[in-house]
Amino acid sequence: MGLTIVEKILAKAVRRPAVRAGEVVEPAVGMAMSHENAALVINQFLEIYKDTGLEPKVWDPSKIAIIFDHRVPAEGSKTATNQKKIRAFVAQQGIKKFHDIRGDQGGICHQILPENGYVLPGRVVVGTDSHTTSHGALGAFAFGIGATEMASVWALGTVLNVEVPKTIKVVVKGRFPRHVLPKDLILYLIGQLTAEGANFKVIEFHGPAIKTMSTSGRLVLCNMSVEAGATSGIVPPDAETVRYLRSEAKVKGKLDLFGPDPDAEYDRVLEVDVAKLEPMVACPHTVDNVKPVGAVRGVKVQQVVIGSCTNGRLDDLAAAARILKGKSVAKGTRMLVFPASYRIYGQALKLGYIADFIKAGAVVMNPGCGPCLGVHQGALGDGEVALATTNRNFKGRMGNPNAEVYLSSPAVAAASAIKGAITDPRKGGR
Amino acid sequence: MAKVVLKLGDDISTDIIYPGRYMATVLPSETPQYAFADNAEFNGRLKRKEIPAGSVVVAGKNFGCGSSREQAASTLKGHELAVVARNFARIFFQNSINLGLRTIVCPGIEAEEGQDLDITPDKVINLTTGKSFPVEPLPKARQAIIDAGGLIVYTRTRVLGKTPGSAKG
Repeated sequence: MGLTIVEKILAKAVRRPAVRAGEVVEPAVGMAMSHENAALVINQFLEIYKDTGLEPKVWDPSKIAIIFDHRVPAEGSKTATNQKKIRAFVAQQGIKKFHDIRGDQGGICHQILPENGYVLPGRVVVGTDSHTTSHGALGAFAFGIGATEMASVWALGTVLNVEVPKTIKVVVKGRFPRHVLPKDLILYLIGQLTAEGANFKVIEFHGPAIKTMSTSGRLVLCNMSVEAGATSGIVPPDAETVRYLRSEAKVKGKLDLFGPDPDAEYDRVLEVDVAKLEPMVACPHTVDNVKPVGAVRGVKVQQVVIGSCTNGRLDDLAAAARILKGKSVAKGTRMLVFPASYRIYGQALKLGYIADFIKAGAVVMNPGCGPCLGVHQGALGDGEVALATTNRNFKGRMGNPNAEVYLSSPAVAAASAIKGAITDPRKGGR
Repeated sequence: MAKVVLKLGDDISTDIIYPGRYMATVLPSETPQYAFADNAEFNGRLKRKEIPAGSVVVAGKNFGCGSSREQAASTLKGHELAVVARNFARIFFQNSINLGLRTIVCPGIEAEEGQDLDITPDKVINLTTGKSFPVEPLPKARQAIIDAGGLIVYTRTRVLGKTPGSAKG
């Protein structure tokens, strides 16, 4: 029996010819990412060195990335003080992959890492954020860890006690119909797998519909794999991966490109034909409560949110702008747009999308995570309903336990903003 | 003996355990005040110290799903609660082990608020109903972190160039 791509990546990271699902390994880390929760990582890191007589020094500053995105600019003094503490640590330790609150380098960590070439195929990537799964889109084994675990990574350069996960293979066939997007595919899959269906497992994406999908679409699939409980999602690197890394992320040097063995052993195999797929919506209050848009058509929404680490990339903004151009956001509905990075913001500005949004009545915010998890701007009032292109609709997620959040693609979100109610973009005019 | 102080269903997210709007608070010494903050009644009892250490939260499948925020584990650890669930989401489970929060995987657990449990290494006995339910043992690698006294101590030992004793075998 051959190896899955993650078994191969982990084997390489422990310098062994092969490892198998179920084994426990201590892989070397290729990239370790944190955001504002680096404040807690620093606290735990210093704790490790307490009373040891050793100087607290990170194992390799070039393999650590820190991006401010969760509460930018700071919403209060506590965050501002944490951010100040992180800046001092970054300077002291010589961490260069630090993205501060700046228009020329800022954005959401899960876009900053890919677009700056910090993620390479075949490597182990860890992040103190559950959506670190995103980076599997570039063929890395990328997963979320807690702050204390990250402190341990900073000290040792390895992740302790990683159980080699089993892998679910998903084969995606067919062509996406008009207004059906990668978000609809991943919502459909989460509905099928359930919120815990892929717990402690990896989802490997294959098939012709993946081959022809852009990296930004693949990032959507891998980003939300965690919503089925997956340790990570991953797309074996191919020509599109190389195109993205060379022309967008400006990565130079040799790339280590490999996929799974043809006879790899999978936990299960799922097939999906996207030609039959409809726009999907995840209904309150779990991400696996997924229905075709027709089932919830007409539900009134007071807020529409387009953006986030899931759907704040240029493709997503383009899909929304095409629908909104020359139209107007319904009275009684607020629409918020937050691009995934300033680079994307600049591209959208140049292409006229930002102007289309503003003319339609949307509020364009700075790149960041705030509205998605209710930590900073865009909170909901009691009894209000939101439709968002973000990744979670848990009770209380958008800052209010007495509100409801639906999740959808940017196309569904844009069409719904015009109507003020959940709308099928394929029938937007009606 | 430990009393069940809260009974929850499936897919309890970290947003329920520790709402996102309190994430600017990070230190384990400060997070306990926001445990289950949107459940005013239970949060109030915790803050008024009406719930003794060792009390149990019983939950269904996929407890701790969602965010990697470690506050969700440290907030419960701060009150020395134990969690008995049918199973746990991966990151929360690892965070709990790293911080020493007691998490017990008990796929068949049946217990209600107010009932008394006896938690042993291989089973949970519901003393009120007399039924007992098997516990899934921790993988050896995770047990080693608990035996070392948590991940900070475990990593400290490694940084000092030693092998954490219990990690052998």
